[in-house]
Amino acid sequence: MKLYDLAMVCRSKNAGPFQVTIDLMFTDEASYRQVLEAPCFTPETIGGLYQVPAESVAIKRFDRILTIKVVLPRRVPSGSPGDSDVYGSQQHFPLGDLEI
Amino acid sequence: MSENIRYLSLCGLLGYGYAPQSLENALEGRLDFIGVDAGSTDPGPYYLGSGKGFVKRLQVKRDLSLVMPAVKSRGIPLIIGSAGGSGAKPHVDGLLDILQEICHEQSISLKVAVIYSDLSPDFIRKAAAGHLAPCGGAPAFDPEAIDRLCHPVAQFGTGPMMEALRGGAEVIVAGRCCDTAIFAAYPILHGIPAGMALHAAKIAECGALCARPVGANDCLIVEMEHDSFTVEPPNPIRCCTPDSVAAHSLYEQPDPNCFYEPEGKIDLSECRFEALSDRKVRVSSSRLVPSEHPTTKLEGTILRGFRSITLAGLRDPAAIRHLDDIEKGVRQAVAESASFVKPEEYTLRFYRYGVDAVTGGHEIPGAPPREAALVIEAIAPSQEKADALVALARSKALHQGFPERKATAGNLAFPFSPSDFSGGEVYEFALYHLTDLKIGLTPEWRTLA
Repeated sequence: MKLYDLAMVCRSKNAGPFQVTIDLMFTDEASYRQVLEAPCFTPETIGGLYQVPAESVAIKRFDRILTIKVVLPRRVPSGSPGDSDVYGSQQHFPLGDLEI
Repeated sequence: MSENIRYLSLCGLLGYGYAPQSLENALEGRLDFIGVDAGSTDPGPYYLGSGKGFVKRLQVKRDLSLVMPAVKSRGIPLIIGSAGGSGAKPHVDGLLDILQEICHEQSISLKVAVIYSDLSPDFIRKAAAGHLAPCGGAPAFDPEAIDRLCHPVAQFGTGPMMEALRGGAEVIVAGRCCDTAIFAAYPILHGIPAGMALHAAKIAECGALCARPVGANDCLIVEMEHDSFTVEPPNPIRCCTPDSVAAHSLYEQPDPNCFYEPEGKIDLSECRFEALSDRKVRVSSSRLVPSEHPTTKLEGTILRGFRSITLAGLRDPAAIRHLDDIEKGVRQAVAESASFVKPEEYTLRFYRYGVDAVTGGHEIPGAPPREAALVIEAIAPSQEKADALVALARSKALHQGFPERKATAGNLAFPFSPSDFSGGEVYEFALYHLTDLKIGLTPEWRTLA
């Protein structure tokens, strides 16, 4: 199943002009754990999808509300020449297409 | 220790609007102050660089006009943070101008504390000599930028805000400041622990964005006690739930368990969210870990050139399939004809909507769309040159040949005449760094009438 279909909320947004955060929220603990424990859900895979170094990708969990946060560096800072998404609000793909 | 403190966050961003009834409902109880955040770096570097606001004057005037009678007649201080969108001097002065107009229209006078947060070139030079650390993934500061910075500002914390409150301001117009400073200064000044005050402020600064349905364009009431606070939207169509409030802690933040302010780290790992009713949530156990070496974030932009764009649609399947060839041909032709600009002075970009404009070329290509949109952008050292580059690129793209071409009369459907648009200055953030230097910002006092 695709991550986008498994999550209740799948969104991205700037965390300042140099980073984007992707929030993945789930309705049930099973889906939440399934994603966290999926072998493909790693900084290496995600870094590959966004063409950024794995060590610059952070995955953080927030058990209370079954939410995973992925923090990525932007390849182009918000609003600088060459940026395509000033607010960073459509950068939850390609991650959303990841097969879990 | 004082009694509890009750305050209103007017809306998520000054100018985004709020329901008049929400304000009226909130005013049924006592309010110790009203706060509103007016700024953000989210819309990009242009607004700080240009000195313009991303919210229009008429929007701001509407939101302020509506609340001003309560501010004046009931003596409720109004705190406006990051005035004008980016909080540099032109933004702050623009907001003061609006306030002045409202004072005149409503026949009132106001004691206003103005807190400018602009930084001098001397300060930047001093900071650049070993007192700047990148913030939030920014690259190292480039000293070349020192003399090119447009409107560098410091994002100050609660300190200057408290001074303005102590001085009896009816309205505080603050330059670039932390969103939390707007809402935490009053509670901290009145004995509320800083951890609780700052966490409440972090939620309040977005208006009713922590409610369901979400409402950046609506009010939120916060009631602070010594060891907890509650949040409740005054608009009966919205409600706050423990999940909606907890989820808000994630918003635009790299870490859900803590956030950082000039005062220190606010630790949310032990924090509890409980429903007091089906619309009101109590939050407790957030705490401040004061920083040993307080820092302040500085922001500044540099000019990168001027932008011009053209926008067109494509329906012909061969043209969509051969967008790469079209782009290649256009680039070549522009390079041949643009004798008025050096090749290293301009950039030409092709945004192919429907194909790969949004996430760039790093995704696996999908099936060709039935229709696509093409935005061609030029950035050059002057508006005139950018405009000429786009005009050249547009005419070449319209007639560019490619293999299998059947529609030999033109490749592009332009929706508008004129087809090209001058986009003005292009900036980028060059200063987004923390400094450990002290910045002694203090309020200036004005009487508007």
